[in-house]
Amino acid sequence: MIGDYTIGEFTSILAMQGFAGLILFSVFVLMALGLAIIFGQMGVINMAHGEFMILGAYVTYFCSQFFSAYLPGLFSIYFFIAMALAFCASFGLGILVEWGMIRFLYKRPLDTLLATWGLSLILQQFYRSVFGAREVGVTLPEWMLGAVNLTDIIEIPINGLFVMGLTIIITVAVYLIMFRSGWGKQVRAVMQNRVMAGAVGINTKMVDRITFGLGCGIAGIAGSAFTMIGSTGPTAGQLYIVDTFLVVVFGGAASLLGTIASAFTISQAQSTMEFFMSGSMAKVLTLLTVVGILMLRPQGLFTLNIRR
Amino acid sequence: MTKRFGPFAGREWIALLILGLLLFVVFPTTLDVFRLNLVGKYLTYAFVAMGLVLCWGYGGILSLGQGVFFGLGGYCMAMFLKLEASTPEATKIQSTPGIPDFMDWNQVTALPWWWEPFHSLPLTLILVIAVPVFFAFVIGLAMFKRRVGGVYFAIITQAIAAILTILIIGQQGYTGGVNGITDLRTLLGWDIRTDDAKFVLYFVNGGLLIACLLIGQGIRISKFGRLMIAIRDKEDRVRFSGYDVANFKIFIFCMAAAFSAIGGAMFALQVGFMSPSFVGIVPSIEMVIFCAVGGRLSLFGAIYGALLVNAAKTTFSESFPELWLFAMGGLFIAVVMAFPNGLAGVLHKHIEPRIYRLFGGLRGSGTTGAVSSPHAAE
Repeated sequence: MIGDYTIGEFTSILAMQGFAGLILFSVFVLMALGLAIIFGQMGVINMAHGEFMILGAYVTYFCSQFFSAYLPGLFSIYFFIAMALAFCASFGLGILVEWGMIRFLYKRPLDTLLATWGLSLILQQFYRSVFGAREVGVTLPEWMLGAVNLTDIIEIPINGLFVMGLTIIITVAVYLIMFRSGWGKQVRAVMQNRVMAGAVGINTKMVDRITFGLGCGIAGIAGSAFTMIGSTGPTAGQLYIVDTFLVVVFGGAASLLGTIASAFTISQAQSTMEFFMSGSMAKVLTLLTVVGILMLRPQGLFTLNIRR
Repeated sequence: MTKRFGPFAGREWIALLILGLLLFVVFPTTLDVFRLNLVGKYLTYAFVAMGLVLCWGYGGILSLGQGVFFGLGGYCMAMFLKLEASTPEATKIQSTPGIPDFMDWNQVTALPWWWEPFHSLPLTLILVIAVPVFFAFVIGLAMFKRRVGGVYFAIITQAIAAILTILIIGQQGYTGGVNGITDLRTLLGWDIRTDDAKFVLYFVNGGLLIACLLIGQGIRISKFGRLMIAIRDKEDRVRFSGYDVANFKIFIFCMAAAFSAIGGAMFALQVGFMSPSFVGIVPSIEMVIFCAVGGRLSLFGAIYGALLVNAAKTTFSESFPELWLFAMGGLFIAVVMAFPNGLAGVLHKHIEPRIYRLFGGLRGSGTTGAVSSPHAAE
């Protein structure tokens, strides 16, 4: 017996709490992946990352509205189309932002931070003016509703499972693109030694632009997935941005594995502690621990051994 | 370098004169007390902006957590004022008289121990500076000794701002939660809500501002100030010359924290409340923009930057609330992309040469030493 619970109940609660942590983990990973590419590879601080995510979420929302109004027959698969559109929209905006703003600021990382913060304010107000200040939620197709009952107590919602599956697919895709494709090799070459990469014939400016766009596009997909488990408002992106940066920094900026490991640690710690204390204290303790560890180990959990 | 008379170069004496006239003659004579109090509120942000000039402009340390120090200073002051306003007589309708009202609402029955020092004004005045500086010292010690800098430092200070906000909001019974500490009335029996008091407080605020400006200028022109610039531009080279870079950075960061704390305390006095909405991530970044608009290398610029941006914010959000965020966002982008040295840079580059041409003989001899190019400011 632990407190008022039997051992069986207690393990079930731990399992449920762990699963809630896994969903949080999926969202963190999806958001952090884009940021890990932009910040980890390019060294650009994109404070508007959350807003790119919200763009994806709004695209998904409008897709769901469109399909339920005009193509109800295809409603059950609308989500996949929405996701592709969300990626395209964020990718396009990302390219535009890189072209108009970021490319002038590569040598001044602190200034990109301020400029993209400005961009995030503008985008937020834009969403508020165009889409309204109200939070919106999508209608889930039939097959995503409901839950899988593992035991009497443990229930696992299907949309949560779906988001987790999606996270795995996107993570594998990012890994393949960044570390197993010719293009990924070009990206890493440019980031490690820009001049040499240019000398061997890589179009470094193009690589910069596409990389930034890709990071933003992944944020769009993250936003799309986000609609499955929560509602979307104009300022939702800002709530996650600091957490996400901490995830990336904590994991070690240039390491994909580190990002995943740190997202896992942070999300599990937070959701487990939420059971024992209030949500805000759980968050404070988690963040404090992360900041404390970062002070002792500034390079993050995982580091790449490259000579600089 | 231009010739210096005392702490300022010739043109800076003129700037000081103009600032003094503006703060102590023009504003008090032309504005009514309500508007003057508003200006006083804006000027409390100028303390933060001046701290940022020292720490970001000269030290190259971008802190996105200045709201933390502003807030801590403000909360220390507000706690003293709140205790004075919650005498057992004034709060006899509460179930526990003698403790602040929000504690009573949250079923707290005794004053927590860390509120006790704030019964005494001298102790409070020390704590207003000491608490934020201590925090800054710990953060600085941990980070700069481990050579964490640049963007990592910015992100971690931002996380600290987030943590403090969540903590204040979460611990409602001890901190007043999201509403903050409100309904502050008297300072040692002197009612701070009257027009006369606001008038006096404005002048106290202005005096402190000038004092901080002089301290900042003193740091800027000292050997220490030159070293800060050297550290900003080529940290390794300074380290190899045998200086302990971390100690200098910690000092300047603590200095910026102290300035912010004074601003926060004056804010609580003049506005009459303190809440977590002046602590978190968003206000902290806004404080950076005050500094950036004025010019990150100019102490005077920081004051004007804080005044202008806040005045614009008030005007915009009164008449076109939707446009304000667009304007603010645009300001961030414009300052970074087009005017990295802010208003001071524009004045220096475009307006001053014309003035000199106008008065033919008066030759300004180029740049003041300290307004060195910020190309390596990161």
